[in-house]
Amino acid sequence: MEEILSTLINGLSLGGIYAMIALGYTMVYGIAKMLNFAHGDVIMVGGYLIYVFMATNNPLLAILLACIGCVILGVCIEKIAYKPLRGASPLAVLITAIGVSYLLQSLAQIVFGSASKMVTVYEFGSVQLLGCTIQVSSLVTLAVTVAVMVALTMFVKYTRMGRAMIAVSEDKSAAQLMGINVDRIIMVTFAIGSALAALAGLFYLLKAPNVFNTMGAMPGIKAFTAAVIGGIGSIPGAMLGGILLGMVESVSYKITAIAPYTDAIEFTILIVILLVRPTGFLGKKRREKV
Amino acid sequence: MAEYVLETKGLGISFGGLHAAQDVNIRIKKNQIYGLIGPNGAGKTTIFNLLTCVYKPTAGTFYLGGEEMKGLTPDKINQKGIARTFQNIRLFNNMTVVRNVMVGLHNRPEYKCSVLESVLRLPRHFKMEKQMREKAKELLRIFDLEQERNSLACNLPYGKQRKLEIARALATNPKILLLDEPAAGMNPHETEDLAKTIRFIRDHFDMTILLIEHDMGFVSELCDELTVLSFGTVLAQGETKTVLQDPKVIKAYIGG
Repeated sequence: MEEILSTLINGLSLGGIYAMIALGYTMVYGIAKMLNFAHGDVIMVGGYLIYVFMATNNPLLAILLACIGCVILGVCIEKIAYKPLRGASPLAVLITAIGVSYLLQSLAQIVFGSASKMVTVYEFGSVQLLGCTIQVSSLVTLAVTVAVMVALTMFVKYTRMGRAMIAVSEDKSAAQLMGINVDRIIMVTFAIGSALAALAGLFYLLKAPNVFNTMGAMPGIKAFTAAVIGGIGSIPGAMLGGILLGMVESVSYKITAIAPYTDAIEFTILIVILLVRPTGFLGKKRREKV
Repeated sequence: MAEYVLETKGLGISFGGLHAAQDVNIRIKKNQIYGLIGPNGAGKTTIFNLLTCVYKPTAGTFYLGGEEMKGLTPDKINQKGIARTFQNIRLFNNMTVVRNVMVGLHNRPEYKCSVLESVLRLPRHFKMEKQMREKAKELLRIFDLEQERNSLACNLPYGKQRKLEIARALATNPKILLLDEPAAGMNPHETEDLAKTIRFIRDHFDMTILLIEHDMGFVSELCDELTVLSFGTVLAQGETKTVLQDPKVIKAYIGG
């Protein structure tokens, strides 16, 4: 019983992190119709920024500055690397994104070296709940994730900017011809995605207090998987996919016999879902006109 | 006030060696319903794309109310006062009818509301949303779409989708409205109805309208003046009646 509860909470908080990263993938895909493979590395930059700004000895300030830093980074990446390629073939943009990803990893290695750095943002400790020990950081992660998701859903649903985002994701050029500044919408999307990535970086540090230059790669791929499982382009889909993947991972780690194959299991789920439902759980079917 | 609402001077574009439009001079006066006709592939939609800055002209320029518009982005062009519909309907399919129109209202200064006000849900946000919703409903009423305002745009029947596109374009408060084959796929009864609606828009909104159409009956009944395009160049221009009797035009249409 205790095992189940702690696995559940771990799964939910891990799933929350994946969902938060997946939101960055899915929103950028929905609006700019591109896969931003450098998104995972923004998490890593977020981690390093927290490491640097922890010099202030104020965790909240460090987190805030890291978020701001990542937002600036995300917007710059979009402006410098992706914007000139608007209208280019999707493959060119994809390759560029992979290039940006390696660039960020290599820059981080040059600046901070290849050894990982220890960062203790804050010691939350643990609590006893129904007879089992639960990390408070997991609960914090879960709470913040839920709050962020509610806020984001409200933002997209009830603000004018959100409505413009939906319009752009439906038909970019029609939206532009209705007077919507598409470049601005794409910029805001990257800004939101990057801020979420910085938060995800923080939660990773709460789980395992090490920063290294490839720390964003695996979570990036996992979250991308989550976004695809949920239906890329769909915001609730990213949340669902993230939580699902986190739960699978958490349960799989608990079962000794299959624990070493956890990653394989997750990607197998992706393959199975793509076979059965190519658009993911909540993805829209797009019929191409011929 | 300039004499013409819209004026093109030597407007043209070539894609590689192909002159999709060449030396097009159109002058549209206020409150005119102006027709742009021509056989398939004559460059009519190309002209629309030039006028909404989707394409950059390789020659010439154009003016809206005397102000040069060349080189703006499509969203800026819309804010300056050119709005359009599309030959193959391009609504925001998974948004409701009323929200489609509200997107059109976004950039009107009277509904301005900053992102911050909107995120913090200040009273102004609600006030503006309410006003936009009312305005959208008012527009939908004109097109007899108010009943369907909460259904998804993709679930509307074809004729109503066409009307919704016009309503959305009008929401951006244009000085001139560009309609790309508004009567395409409509039956004679619907076409007649559409002609009435277009006249109503002209009178009620004090609007100038430029339209592309293939239905000659519709054009001759509705348009004050015409430009006939053929292979990207102007074949004939002037009052509707005169133009439609021009032997060159008849030849281009019927062949021979």
